[in-house]
Amino acid sequence: MSTLLDTHPLDLILDQSHDDFQEVRAVGREAFAKQGLPSAKAEEYKFTNLTKRLAQTFDSFELAAAFDVSEEQVKNAIFKGFDGHILVFTNGSLNQALSSEITGVEVTSLSGASAALGSIAKPEKDPFAAFNQATFKNGIQISIAKNTQVEQPILVLNFIDSTKGNLIQPRVWVEAGDFAEATFIEQQINLSDKEYFLNEVKEIKGGRNSHIHWYRVQNEGKTSISMSNIETDIQQDGTFTSVNLSLSGLMVRNNLNLNLLGSNSEGNMYGLYLTNGKTHVDNHTNVDHTIPHAESNELYKGILTDNSRGVFNGKIFVRQDAQKTNAFQQNNNILLSENAIVNTKPQLEIWADDVKCSHGCTTGQLDEEALFYLQARGIGKEKARGLLLYAFAGEVLENIKDDAFRSYCITLIQERLGTNF
Amino acid sequence: MLSIKNLHASIEGNEILRGIDLEVKAGEVHAIMGPNGSGKSTLASVLAGREEYEITDGEVTFKGEDLLELAPEERAREGVFLAFQYPVEIPGVSSTNFLRTAVNQVREHRGLDPLDAVKFLTMMKEKMKLVEIDQKLLSRALNEGFSGGEKKRNEIFQMAMLEPTLSILDETDSGLDIDALRIVSNGVNQLKSKDNATIVVTHYQRLLDYIVPDFVHVLYKGKIVKSGTKELALELEEKGYDWIKADVEQAAV
Ligand SMILES: Nc1ncnc2c1ncn2[C@@H]1O[C@H](COP(=O)(O)OP(=O)(O)OP(=O)(O)O)[C@@H](O)[C@H]1O
Ligand SMILES: [Mg+2]
Repeated sequence: MSTLLDTHPLDLILDQSHDDFQEVRAVGREAFAKQGLPSAKAEEYKFTNLTKRLAQTFDSFELAAAFDVSEEQVKNAIFKGFDGHILVFTNGSLNQALSSEITGVEVTSLSGASAALGSIAKPEKDPFAAFNQATFKNGIQISIAKNTQVEQPILVLNFIDSTKGNLIQPRVWVEAGDFAEATFIEQQINLSDKEYFLNEVKEIKGGRNSHIHWYRVQNEGKTSISMSNIETDIQQDGTFTSVNLSLSGLMVRNNLNLNLLGSNSEGNMYGLYLTNGKTHVDNHTNVDHTIPHAESNELYKGILTDNSRGVFNGKIFVRQDAQKTNAFQQNNNILLSENAIVNTKPQLEIWADDVKCSHGCTTGQLDEEALFYLQARGIGKEKARGLLLYAFAGEVLENIKDDAFRSYCITLIQERLGTNF
Repeated sequence: MLSIKNLHASIEGNEILRGIDLEVKAGEVHAIMGPNGSGKSTLASVLAGREEYEITDGEVTFKGEDLLELAPEERAREGVFLAFQYPVEIPGVSSTNFLRTAVNQVREHRGLDPLDAVKFLTMMKEKMKLVEIDQKLLSRALNEGFSGGEKKRNEIFQMAMLEPTLSILDETDSGLDIDALRIVSNGVNQLKSKDNATIVVTHYQRLLDYIVPDFVHVLYKGKIVKSGTKELALELEEKGYDWIKADVEQAAV
């Protein structure tokens, strides 16, 4: 028997059961019991000891409840120039009244019938995904009907109020029909400074020739911990593109898994992390080429200062059948202080012989020669630094197709890099 | 305009400049020649404000002000321009955006209003003609993938845009074919006036047929060991540096 003292605070929550997802939960529970929380030596979490960080940060957990937000709050949360649909969530629950009606798109709370939960983001693959499946409160389903091209972007506003519970576990199931197209922009609004643990799972099921863009700004609370599992199945002729911008948080871990399941499918993963203070951001990506003639592109870039830390682990898995695969991966980092650290690791496992695969990673300081060159033309040092850093980061943002959102990201970056031009 | 007295500079503990004296007045062109590694680029870099070098002795005044006190960008705004021997490639920074930022920061310092996009473009077009630089080059990232000659041309183009009072051209002629050399020299000559001055660092007398110097100095082992008029350059072209080196060694004995 374990006493309360040597029990991890997360374990205590396992006994709280909910509503009608009995079967799905049972599977999650079992998978979690098997894996347990990752130990300090766990390969997948060796640079990011979430188990310890969670125990250090929290004595206990309480599942976060939904809450009210006003129209005014929603209006204020929308970035300048945005033109599109809005979905409002509070602590992971849908606020239907404040959300847009979108033709061809159905957004509902998950019902007991959702047996597919966990079939893409399999709980046995990650303990936190398992934990979410065992204990999440409200699930959301977003279905885009076949042949529906949602022209304007869909802004997903995640309001977080950690005073309503410090364990927030969004659970989202997205289903895109054949030939469906949509762009999602996810943004988080923290209403309280109180620390929380956000543990989300998102499963995205693409249809044939469906095209999904998923953009996200991660601005987690300074003392908060965020764990994200996003996994998507991409079918024949389909594409999925993720652009993730991480700006803050105590510890942030993103697992992004792309499964290329049909020929001529394409998966794109882009990320930018700008970290300062003690922020720790870990991006673990995995692309699984299971069939011939599919392509994946990946570019992650980091600018790190103070005592912050970045981790990048990019796995490319090319199965024996997956001939004619194109897979590209790149991770570049700039360290602006002596105490900032990056651990970067490409992981290529290639079983097919006719593939085009490239990867590279660099970690260095700001180019002093370039800085001097700009200064020698009369550009102030701070501005010159900003110009160089912005040029470095810009390559990631180019992959954002929505102009207003890209401009917004540029503003965010300029604010962070202390310059505008 | 520029007065250098007993300038000593070192890098990583190695003394590279060992007592340079040089006076440059408005309207003058000075050529600095000398064998590889004699310290020509070091002198140019020190004047432009590169921070890696430690000034161990001496002084430099520019328009009566202590130049060594100023940050590199302040020197540029005051009118010092260095055309780099090896211009840096800067991916992701657009040439146009960079130049507009530079021009406007310099203008601000000189009490002028910033140029709007239209005025800036007009100015760019005008100056582009001066060095016959292709617009296509300027729509690319700064120096990225430019050939050696294109980089040098771009340096002179930037000089034209920034309108400096003291231009230091560090081997701007190296690697240029004769056509490019003519174009670049022509550009430099058109920018010359009685109010500004030019220092050209070169290995080749050839350049000095186009940009005619008032004075020629030979830099050797961190010192100016000989000064003369443009005839000195011709003599160097003919005889090489050995006789000068011999003179220096002899004097040291
Ligand atoms: N970072 C450095 N550390 C040590 N020595 C250096 C460094 N940079 C330059 N030097 C040395 O300083 C000396 C002068 O170099 P500089 O580049 O000024 O010569 P230069 O006259 O411009 O030569 P060139 O004609 O080849 O361009 C050389 O001996 C060079 O090796
Ligand atoms: Mg040199």
